[in-house]
Amino acid sequence: MRLLRPVLVLLLALSALTGLVYPLTVTGLSELALPFQAQGEVLRDARGRAVGSRLIGQAFTEARYLHPRGSAAGPTGYDATASSGTNLGPMDARLIVRVAADAKVLARTQPGAAIAPDAVEWSGSGLDPDISPQNAAAQAPRIASARGLPLETVRRVIAAHTEGPALGFLGQTRVNVLEANQALDAASRATLDG
Amino acid sequence: MTWRGWAEIAFTLGLSAALAWPLGLYLARLWRGQSTWLDPLLKPVERALYSLAAVRPEEGQGWSAYAMAILTFNAAGFFLLYGILRLQAHLPLNPLHLGGLHPALAFNTAVSFVTNTNWQAYAGETTLSNASQMFGLTSQNFLSAATGIAVAAALARAFAAHRGETLGNAFVDITRATLYLLLPICLVFALILVALGTPQTLAARVDVTTLEGAKQTLAIGPVASQEIIKQLGTNGGGFFNANSAHPFENPNAWTNLIEEVAMNALSLGCVIAFGIVGLARREARILVGVMLALVGVAAACLYAAESSPTPALASAAAHAAHVLSGPNMEGKEVRFGAASSAVWTAMTTGASDGGVNAMIESFTPLGGGVALFMIKLGEILPGGVGSGFFGMVVMAVLAVFIAGLMVGRTPEYLGKKIEAREVKFAVLATLLLPVALLGFAAAAAALPVALRSVSTAGPHGLTEILYAYASAVGNNGSAFGGLNADTPWWDGTLAIAMMLGRFGYIAPVMAMAGALAAKPRLEPSAGALPADGPQFASLLVGVILILGGLQYFPALALGPGVEHFQMQQELGR
Repeated sequence: MRLLRPVLVLLLALSALTGLVYPLTVTGLSELALPFQAQGEVLRDARGRAVGSRLIGQAFTEARYLHPRGSAAGPTGYDATASSGTNLGPMDARLIVRVAADAKVLARTQPGAAIAPDAVEWSGSGLDPDISPQNAAAQAPRIASARGLPLETVRRVIAAHTEGPALGFLGQTRVNVLEANQALDAASRATLDG
Repeated sequence: MTWRGWAEIAFTLGLSAALAWPLGLYLARLWRGQSTWLDPLLKPVERALYSLAAVRPEEGQGWSAYAMAILTFNAAGFFLLYGILRLQAHLPLNPLHLGGLHPALAFNTAVSFVTNTNWQAYAGETTLSNASQMFGLTSQNFLSAATGIAVAAALARAFAAHRGETLGNAFVDITRATLYLLLPICLVFALILVALGTPQTLAARVDVTTLEGAKQTLAIGPVASQEIIKQLGTNGGGFFNANSAHPFENPNAWTNLIEEVAMNALSLGCVIAFGIVGLARREARILVGVMLALVGVAAACLYAAESSPTPALASAAAHAAHVLSGPNMEGKEVRFGAASSAVWTAMTTGASDGGVNAMIESFTPLGGGVALFMIKLGEILPGGVGSGFFGMVVMAVLAVFIAGLMVGRTPEYLGKKIEAREVKFAVLATLLLPVALLGFAAAAAALPVALRSVSTAGPHGLTEILYAYASAVGNNGSAFGGLNADTPWWDGTLAIAMMLGRFGYIAPVMAMAGALAAKPRLEPSAGALPADGPQFASLLVGVILILGGLQYFPALALGPGVEHFQMQQELGR
């Protein structure tokens, strides 16, 4: 077996280079130079407690917060150890019934506001950290009344955490839910203090 | 649909083509054994590897020796990966103390990564330790890509040879592709991905308390280092279950652009390198043009399909006063929307990558149908790294043969006479795929043991079955994710389909390369069909569409076709 030695030596050596040396080098350099990103962009509150990753969606149900999209990650949604979409096809009755029911609820809780597709259709990862500006705008009046803040303030906070497409045409305009909610809390505190 | 969406599609494809050029020039230097600017750093490593492995780099191999080296290397890689996955519980870097994979899943996953398919029957974040992700999967991401590049190099040399006997040395080709090409690019771009937000840590979990006081646990790990080779090597197996739709794998439009370009640029670069090494630059440009044109058409169809109305939004409009008409957002991320998801899906299904940034199962019937059709065209647009190029050459050989039959001349391609032997091998390679795909799909559609895993009945369920086997045979790896694929039937049959699709293709291609190399290289005669003009390009497109299309048309009509008309009926109500 003249093949055996080259095959085994190269397989093990190249596996070690690409499977250990390379990822560990990248890990070391990242932890040194880019610790915030390397560890998942975790945001902290004023007292330093971790409140979530800027990149990973979370469940928000209280009226004073922006609500995220629906999630199929884990049995109750937003389980960040079990990413998943619904994988329901476009003709699936389960999807059509669910979207209709959600639209009915939104028509009641956000009367008069337009319903954006991302408000009733669920994300691919189940962990989408963003919503569309239309979805956020529809929620603004509910948030303003729950917090006793002027609608203009809520809209300003949302606008401050809205990001446009890269280079003007790559990707979509989006509102980061966690960042906006942290800023809404800050705005409420500022009003109380003021 | 907006001008922004169209601009994004055009820009992404254009950038891939632009970067393919320098990549191809560099790759050609590697294939010819010429010096590179990384030599001072890597030449000592390369020499040490050869002396340790008893490889004599200047010693060429004939086609059968070359093929044996490739197959043995991959078989050994399979056993190593299978062992790692089974013994995961006893290996280090396993902070969650995950157990070993059960035999069927370990078999399926090992085959999946060695064949460059990267079908995910497992959910990365809950099944695999950091050691398995790095030493097991990341390394095979490199080595399966290097295997594809090596076979492409051998085929390119076959065309350049004049009564040649050898095709180069497989061990040298695999080593050089890994050391000089894949590793340096990945090192740089992994760090760029980290800077843009992709995590890279040896931790496995981060606990947080939300603003509402609830607990959330984030799965995390060495994501960036695997993400870039997953795309660059057209592998596609994600760190997480949701693959590149997961915000840690693909946090924003910039990472999305890098990951898209990475999965096409190197495959196109292999064709450019072939043009240089095989002394056929203009012919190579035609192949690149055909690849890009067909991916562009697919992306446009996907964008249109995913921007069209769906029954779900129609039912919402029936219950609420004002529903914005918009793209089909089920299974899509807000940061990507319809356009990014469409161009990614066209590129990933054309390239045998199989990574996804949106859930294809939730696409409209035509959108999912285009994705399925792209895989069925044979993973040559531009196909996997290396493998897309040699698949395309098989198509080109068939195209000149058919043209030769029509005008009654002996067909030639790139100065080589195409005769019975080459055509037999080309036909063997292209026939194996539909036989395996349709055979397994037909069996699965009839057997209760298989049907229990299918998520829904009717045409959508049929598409789910077809997609799974197409993805396996085409070594793509993307899925209609509703299928519960971790059962003995699916783990087993899909693994067999993946092996047939990879090695059942490589073996006849190597034999064809051997036959071509042995022929004299002729000066183009007046009677030969020029392979560098629009006439040949349209002939080639015709052969690709007829071979890919007609074989599968009945199945496509019963799956996505029927579902599309059902949906139109529903919307018309």
